Amino acid sequence: MSALLSVRGLRVRFGEAEVVSDVSFDVQPGECIGIVGESGSGKSVTARALLGLAGRRARVTADELRFDETRILDASAGRLRSLRGREIGYVSQGALVALDPLRTVGREISDSLRLHTSSTPAQRRERVLELLADVGIPDPEVRAGQRPDELSGGLRQRAVIASAIALGPRLIIADEPTTALDSTVQAGILDLLERLRDEGAALVLISHDLAVVSRLASRVLVMHEGRIVESGPSGSVLAEPQHPYTRRLIAAVPTDRPRGTLLSAPPASTGFGNSGVTAEPAPDAARITPAEPLTPEFPTTPVVVASGLSRSFGARLAVDDVSFTLERGRTLGIVGESGSGKTTVARLVLALDRPDAGDVRVLGEPWSTATERERRALRPRIGAIYQDALSSFDPRLTVGQIVADALTHGRSQRAGVEVAELLRRVGLDEGVMNRRPLKLSGGQQQRVAIARAIAPAPDLIVCDEPVSSLDVSVQAQVLDLLDELQRDLGLSYLFITHDLGVVRHVSDEVLVMRAGRVVERGSTENVFRAPQHEYTRALFSSAPRIGGDRDLWPAATGGS
Amino acid sequence: METAALVVIAFLALAALAPSVLAPGDPLAISPLDSFQPPSLSHVFGTDESGRDIYTRVIHGTGPSLLIGIAATAIGLGLALVFGLLAGFGPRWLDFGTTRFLEVLFAFPGLLFALLFIVIYGPGVVTSTIAVGLSTAPGYARIIRSRVIQVRTSPYLEAALVLGRGRPSRIARHVLPNVAGSLFVLATLGIGQSIVWASSLSYLGLGAVPPAAEWGAMLSAGRTYIASFWWMTFFPGLFIVLSAAATTLLGRGIQQRGRES
Repeated sequence: MSALLSVRGLRVRFGEAEVVSDVSFDVQPGECIGIVGESGSGKSVTARALLGLAGRRARVTADELRFDETRILDASAGRLRSLRGREIGYVSQGALVALDPLRTVGREISDSLRLHTSSTPAQRRERVLELLADVGIPDPEVRAGQRPDELSGGLRQRAVIASAIALGPRLIIADEPTTALDSTVQAGILDLLERLRDEGAALVLISHDLAVVSRLASRVLVMHEGRIVESGPSGSVLAEPQHPYTRRLIAAVPTDRPRGTLLSAPPASTGFGNSGVTAEPAPDAARITPAEPLTPEFPTTPVVVASGLSRSFGARLAVDDVSFTLERGRTLGIVGESGSGKTTVARLVLALDRPDAGDVRVLGEPWSTATERERRALRPRIGAIYQDALSSFDPRLTVGQIVADALTHGRSQRAGVEVAELLRRVGLDEGVMNRRPLKLSGGQQQRVAIARAIAPAPDLIVCDEPVSSLDVSVQAQVLDLLDELQRDLGLSYLFITHDLGVVRHVSDEVLVMRAGRVVERGSTENVFRAPQHEYTRALFSSAPRIGGDRDLWPAATGGS
Repeated sequence: METAALVVIAFLALAALAPSVLAPGDPLAISPLDSFQPPSLSHVFGTDESGRDIYTRVIHGTGPSLLIGIAATAIGLGLALVFGLLAGFGPRWLDFGTTRFLEVLFAFPGLLFALLFIVIYGPGVVTSTIAVGLSTAPGYARIIRSRVIQVRTSPYLEAALVLGRGRPSRIARHVLPNVAGSLFVLATLGIGQSIVWASSLSYLGLGAVPPAAEWGAMLSAGRTYIASFWWMTFFPGLFIVLSAAATTLLGRGIQQRGRES
């Protein structure tokens, strides 16, 4: 059987830089190929080159780049257009912005029908409703008449998929189709793609997330710096990765590493895919003393006590009767999907917002009931790091100034020495002091944010999705850094994330939030081993895992 | 483009600060015998009805003309800064009040507003400068207000709050410098416009009055003879256009650079 899409020796250059080198693969009908890599690995450029969309400045060459009978590199612009609409569906990365905000979803989808088929408006309307129902959008009649901002992220992504499959393409290229979505929503989208694959469409699935790819793809290509460093059946690539980069990538996923295990150290050999091993760390992964023994010898006041917190915005109750206690040197993880109220809790603890009911006490002092002036003395003892570190820096300031600002004596002589020491502490070179954060990588920016947060020697750091926008290997380094700082400085963390693997890796205790309420709480081990609440179980089972059928959280599927 | 703008601005600055270097003569010296001379080697820009050398007058007029433009922009921006900060930082009712007030000012075409002011306070260089400043203020104030609000609600201001910085220190350290950056661009873009407006007022006889060597006033004086002696209006006009274009180009250049970094 000849392949539907055949790629041999694909190269893409931008000026002098070769961003994709010598990429080759075939896709058969009904098959899913996964392309995995971190940002900058060239995976998205590869996808765009397949569609003839690499851009004007890109120089694309290939020994062979063939879709069915069409040689894409020689095809005319018109032929490519009809190919893209009719035969190849493209689900782009920015699904949340891929839809025109001023047009209804129905019109957006019927456009491709109008352009590529001869049909009457009534036929098109019927087909649009069919498609919307097909991709699992409830109430298609209502939704077709709505604009993208009236739809949730998951529904918008489904609408984008609906427009991509409108003409029944034989190949679907999906570039990070679930990256911005919650795990239960992500599970739904992956089910949808799986169904399309089973119905005979060929699928090229691009993701930075090994777990997502491993769920659908029969074969995986691992890209690094524009090259395919490893490829093969997904089972064997994930179970027995040959290339050091693949190994590093897999080891960095915090999914089932308990506390006190380094994520960023490259394990010497495989630690994954051994069936039956559940919550055990990879046997040869670097192991260090867990932070647990830090429990103080003498009793201290809890760092944060929140009792009965409620906050509503208009009619919507964002936080509903949330209470917790965070002890010194411990990490409390708050996990939940978007809209669960976890960020509002963070803002209440940081006193950036006032609760409607309940109160927060910090280090035994009144906090949420105090005035800002009264809080000021305690402020330096609570730090914060955010998902988007860059936007939390004044764009005019250099890294050195940003960190110095956090010191109480920022303008003094010794500040320079201390800033250098802080930067070294978070693993940054002193040389970044005079640079602007914009010029740093995402991981470096988050390190600067951490340096700023620890500068006033705080007791608590509120971490709001601090690693969510980082590549998995960078994420591992940042998590390891936070762990190290906790041990050395006795910090407490309030750690907010939607990522179950991350929350499991970092926290001693977990709160699971849904629609403003805490639905489950307990020690991380207990919650993950034996989740009690139905929602927690649903959350766990929707999270894709590396190795697909391997069961990391037995209770999630009823086992244990 | 930017280099050309800089060269023009350097030349204008020299003309404004040390006009005698470029044109040693007296801009007011009359010489009736030489009246209405077309541009020649002895009078590069020609002469006017009283035989005054137009080149000398244009050069000596640079200082007053630019000063009016710059002072008017400064007045406009200063007022706008007060309004913008009040609206951006004040309580909601103050923001509401200030914004509505600015909208009322907006309803008047800028030059009409300046004319109203002059009608009330009488013509003259000082009043026309203030008038131009006043009429440009609402536009600036709107931009400053939105910029203040943008910075005030930015994550980095929240980060400063979390670090325990008080309001005055947050404003001084983050808000003002970040607003000032855009203010500078606004100013360079606005000077050109102010120069044109101030000249327009002088042309209408409401600002500097002939025989003062000021571009707008020179245009006004040359108007009577525009059909026969084009150089009397052409050269002052050329300088108005040059200075306005050069400052605007410079402003755009700075804006562009700001966007890129």
